[in-house]
Amino acid sequence: MYSLLRTIWLIFLHLFHRRVTVEYPERKAYLAPRWRGRIILSRDPDGEERCVACYLCAVACPVDCIFLQKGELVGGRWYPQQFRINFSRCIFCGYCEEACPTYAIQLTPDFEMSEYDRHNLVYEKEDLLISGVGKYPGYSFYRVAGLAIPGKDKGQAENEEPPFDPKRLLP
Amino acid sequence: MTVAFYLAAAVAVLATVQVVASTNAVHALLSLIVSLLAVAVVFYVLGAPFAAALEAIVYAGAIMVLFAFVVMMLNLGAAATLEERAWLGPRVWLGPGFLSAVLLGLLVFLLRTAGGPASGGVVAPQPVGAALFGPYVLAVELASMLLLAGLVAAFHLGR
Amino acid sequence: MMGLAKVFGILLVLVILAALLTWVERRLLGLWQDRYGPNRVGPAGLLQVVADMIKILFKEDWVPPFSDRLGFILAPAIVMASLLVAFAAIPITPDIDIWPMNGIGLLFILAMISLSVYSTVLGGWASNNKYSLVGALRAVAQMLSYEVFLGLSLLGVVLQAQSFDLRQIVAAQAGLWFVVPQFLGFVVFMTAGIAAIHRLPFDLPEAESELTAGFHTEYSSMKFGIFFIGEYVGIVLVSAMLATLFFGGWLGPVLPPLLWFLTKTGAFIAFFILLRAALPRPRYDQLMAFGWKLLLPLALLNLMVTAAILLAT
Repeated sequence: MYSLLRTIWLIFLHLFHRRVTVEYPERKAYLAPRWRGRIILSRDPDGEERCVACYLCAVACPVDCIFLQKGELVGGRWYPQQFRINFSRCIFCGYCEEACPTYAIQLTPDFEMSEYDRHNLVYEKEDLLISGVGKYPGYSFYRVAGLAIPGKDKGQAENEEPPFDPKRLLP
Repeated sequence: MTVAFYLAAAVAVLATVQVVASTNAVHALLSLIVSLLAVAVVFYVLGAPFAAALEAIVYAGAIMVLFAFVVMMLNLGAAATLEERAWLGPRVWLGPGFLSAVLLGLLVFLLRTAGGPASGGVVAPQPVGAALFGPYVLAVELASMLLLAGLVAAFHLGR
Repeated sequence: MMGLAKVFGILLVLVILAALLTWVERRLLGLWQDRYGPNRVGPAGLLQVVADMIKILFKEDWVPPFSDRLGFILAPAIVMASLLVAFAAIPITPDIDIWPMNGIGLLFILAMISLSVYSTVLGGWASNNKYSLVGALRAVAQMLSYEVFLGLSLLGVVLQAQSFDLRQIVAAQAGLWFVVPQFLGFVVFMTAGIAAIHRLPFDLPEAESELTAGFHTEYSSMKFGIFFIGEYVGIVLVSAMLATLFFGGWLGPVLPPLLWFLTKTGAFIAFFILLRAALPRPRYDQLMAFGWKLLLPLALLNLMVTAAILLAT
């Protein structure tokens, strides 16, 4: 009985406590740069798309909300012809970002995506692709990967030695 | 006040007929509650507000709730309604109807000899209490003993 | 004509007050839980009531095909009607009351409170749903148990005032409010009152965490709204009764009687909301044991001591 009365009294005293609510639209909470919000596709420093259409994000996605279609440029470079994310399915787990080998798909600290029509939450490639580099400035997949593309032959990537010539006798 | 009396009495009679004629047990129960409330109004009009209040609290408010409790636990469905409808054929009404007619005749006869509804003064709660615990104290005590016995028995059976 | 104006005036004020209480409750709960509550619609969120009203009126008024139609429709009306009618016996000020009921005002209110349980019982049964039925059964058991000492706890007051008439009960408190000599009765009545209108620490019939919503699981639209408002009318009724029976009704210095009555009633409403914010729901058997093993002996003790003292003096 005493504990009940004490509870009532202590709750009553909350009348004079400060409220912890953050009045959201007027005062926005700080979101960390690595906060998992709206998904974007980034470009490398040269302005090319980073995405190489490897499908790893679509495989990693636990709710299957990512759809993409591979295309191939003349020089053998892959790119996504279509890239579609259904944000009404997305759970913002960030697995796609983890899976991405080229840092192309990134989650951003933005979550205000309310729509009256659910179809408006299906984002196409032009909605997803940004013109910047996102969280990884200066990173370009084709500059570090060994794959040959026009303008960069094998062995010319950063931190890469020229390819080994098997016909040479020297070790 | 006379209008109120006859209105309430008519409601009571109609509701009671409904109690008998209704095929759904819970609906019959609802009619019974309405009937009891109408009787309470009759009491009030006749100048017995205390009896009216007790009628509403004890009968309509408490005992009928227990009835409702039991009927709901029985899980009566459409089958029970059909069965009830089969039982309430025209022939069933003959016997009770005859008996009721006899009672009605008796009532009319008595009313004709004794006059209309009595309308004495208002009986306040205090005289009721004084009467119950004065001249009728034996009846009250006997009733309470009966109830106590029932309580003890129910407790024993419920263990 | 004057009487009719009073009836409709009190009715209107009550219904509006009950609707407004939905907002008051949420704001106060917010206050006690260190948050705001509804504060967006209109000044201080006051128009939230209107918004909720519009929303609930435009919802589909669905009667389940598997339900008992008569009972399902009748149930919300019963709680509203019986609790509103009970206010007829409450004297708000010396000038404002509807009908003194030939000196049985208190019994009339108790009768109406006991009739209000049919709404939960009928609604729960007519919904033809297991959760609702369990809610209805709980409502019956809770009501039957708590009605006993709801009445018994008031007998001390009745003995002291020597009347069931609420006006005379208030008049008898001119020297000393009954809360002082009848403190035990006050505590028991308050507890039983909360249980009788199944208000939050004792809201076992609806118990949303275990019975989804208990007896009104199947209700939607304005039928649900009436249950909702009916609960608030019940709160106002019990608060007004507490103010009238134990805290001297309209009596009080300086301020006009109406203001005194409203202040006391409002304080009790706020206290009920505080109880909701503070206390968890007891288990069902705890509720029953608490009632029969603690409150009933207390009420009887209170009655006997009061009677003995009155006889001795």
